[in-house]
Amino acid sequence: MTTIGHHNDEDDTMRTIERPSWSPKDTSEGAQELLTRSETVASELGRESGAVLRLPDGQVLDATQIDIDRPDDETMIINMGPQHPSTHGVLRLMLELDGEVVLRTKPIIGYLHTGMEKTAEDLTYVQGSTNVTRMDYLSPLHNELVFSLATESLLGLEMPSRATWIRMLMCELNRVSSHLMWMATNGMDLGSTSMMIYGFREREMILSFFEKTTGLRLNTNYIRPGGVAADLPDGWEDDVAVICDTVLERSFEYDDLLTGQPIFRERTEGVGGLTAEEALALSVTGPLLRSTGVPWDLRRSMPYLAYDELDFDVIVGTYGDNFDRYAIRLAEIRESIKMIRQIVEKMPSGDYRIQDPKVTPPPRGRIDASMEALIHHFKIFTEGFKVPEGEVYLPIESPRGELGCYLVSDGSSKPFRMHIRGPSFVNLQVLPLLLRGGLLSDAVAVISSVDPVMGEVDR
Amino acid sequence: MTDSLGQLAGVPHIAGVGVDQIAFPGREGYLPLIAALRDGGFEMCADLCVVDYLGHPGRPLPDGVTPERFEVVVNLLSLSAKRRVRVRVQVPESDPSVPSLFDLYPGTEAMEREAFDLMGVIFINHPDLTRILMPEEWEGHPLRKDYGNARVPVQFKEAPGPR
Repeated sequence: MTTIGHHNDEDDTMRTIERPSWSPKDTSEGAQELLTRSETVASELGRESGAVLRLPDGQVLDATQIDIDRPDDETMIINMGPQHPSTHGVLRLMLELDGEVVLRTKPIIGYLHTGMEKTAEDLTYVQGSTNVTRMDYLSPLHNELVFSLATESLLGLEMPSRATWIRMLMCELNRVSSHLMWMATNGMDLGSTSMMIYGFREREMILSFFEKTTGLRLNTNYIRPGGVAADLPDGWEDDVAVICDTVLERSFEYDDLLTGQPIFRERTEGVGGLTAEEALALSVTGPLLRSTGVPWDLRRSMPYLAYDELDFDVIVGTYGDNFDRYAIRLAEIRESIKMIRQIVEKMPSGDYRIQDPKVTPPPRGRIDASMEALIHHFKIFTEGFKVPEGEVYLPIESPRGELGCYLVSDGSSKPFRMHIRGPSFVNLQVLPLLLRGGLLSDAVAVISSVDPVMGEVDR
Repeated sequence: MTDSLGQLAGVPHIAGVGVDQIAFPGREGYLPLIAALRDGGFEMCADLCVVDYLGHPGRPLPDGVTPERFEVVVNLLSLSAKRRVRVRVQVPESDPSVPSLFDLYPGTEAMEREAFDLMGVIFINHPDLTRILMPEEWEGHPLRKDYGNARVPVQFKEAPGPR
């Protein structure tokens, strides 16, 4: 009898013989990790330091512009994460440090990978939104929206205007809640635990409204191909008005708490600077891109839903540092509230989902009375509906940047391939650049300001 | 700019939904086309992914484009002109490799690693082509259509051998 962890000769022999061909012994410090300098040749040092730093000709950064001669015993490679409270999930960073200065960084991801793109190929389009909503768990409605828009684009459906406006309302509320969550965690990373409590407190109001409308606080599965799951509840205008008033008022309290505070400013101003050229080359989108002064917001630049009918400002920064990213997100909360108020005012009446029997199940009341309605309902939820053959890439502006869905259909009721372009996944490439040459204590602040959601990074 | 893109001359292309043009270069014309598009104002590579068309009933392609098993799909974005273009390259199963876009768009680094990890397409001259989402000792490429769902026992790192 041999058991794991029981050390005797017989056990060791057995385990050596039975070792599979992909023996972990060969790969434990495998290719994904950051190697020590002595084990790395010069060209590879440059490559590693700048796995993402090698910008095209004429750009400022040079991959070999790193102190290669520095001996191993002067630097130290440490792991930050995956179990680290300020890495916002299971992000693991390997940092090479010289004292407190970060020389090289390598983000190592995949700890939350559950193969959601593969799962999507086994789910019908009706079930698909329950899958995508779990990717970016801080802005689930945006995930559902992008999947639904892509499906509807393949189906060639035109949504009723109320469905479109309900989607906009919910997405903007979700943006506020996502940014509030960011304010909370960013405050905590910089040592302001009050901000953490305040951010969660305000976010809870919005989540309560989600619960009232959709039945769930998170992973709502509310926006579906063909419209939304249910109409807004009675008295929703009052709920939304209270949320808008409270969050707006309290956003000015955040100003008092953080914006003018010397400690906060010293820790954020000039830390983790990014230029527009670097951001564009690294495909960075969202508040990170806008912080460098590029006025790129898909709601304005390539409007979807009915964003072209709303009056709002695109917030841009100047220096691309942590403070700009903070200020942009705070200002975007206010812009979103401005938009929500307009949406409440302009909310049209009508259907909250398309009246197309192909994608819409019959109302609950009819199922009890009509056999055909029962069969129809059964068919939609078991077989789903068939989507014409084709492919489409549809981008929207999530709180973190361009969220895209590339959908390929083979004419059946399940996607042939669904690819999600997660803004967190792409934005994460900017970390080695932002951390380079900075202090270890700033690393926490910089990771936070990039705002990665690991559910979306790993999918 | 009008509906047609000058850089696409000589490359089969069709119009698409939500995108100005969909181009289908061959593998040898892939890198030059992307370089021309980048110089023509497409500042950002928004997305890169691979589709495995094994078992697909057949997709419409323009004349002169032979369907292959894999397709590398690149979505480029022009912020100044507010337009998008999609490039789809056919990649055969026998030699699943395409040149890396890293020199043109460094932002494709992680996307190409993901595509390599999950689909097994090799990106030539990529600086660090290693697995990114799966553990590095993983066997196979899970998003391939012939990978087989739930038929492979879950592989754990440091797992003991059979007792």
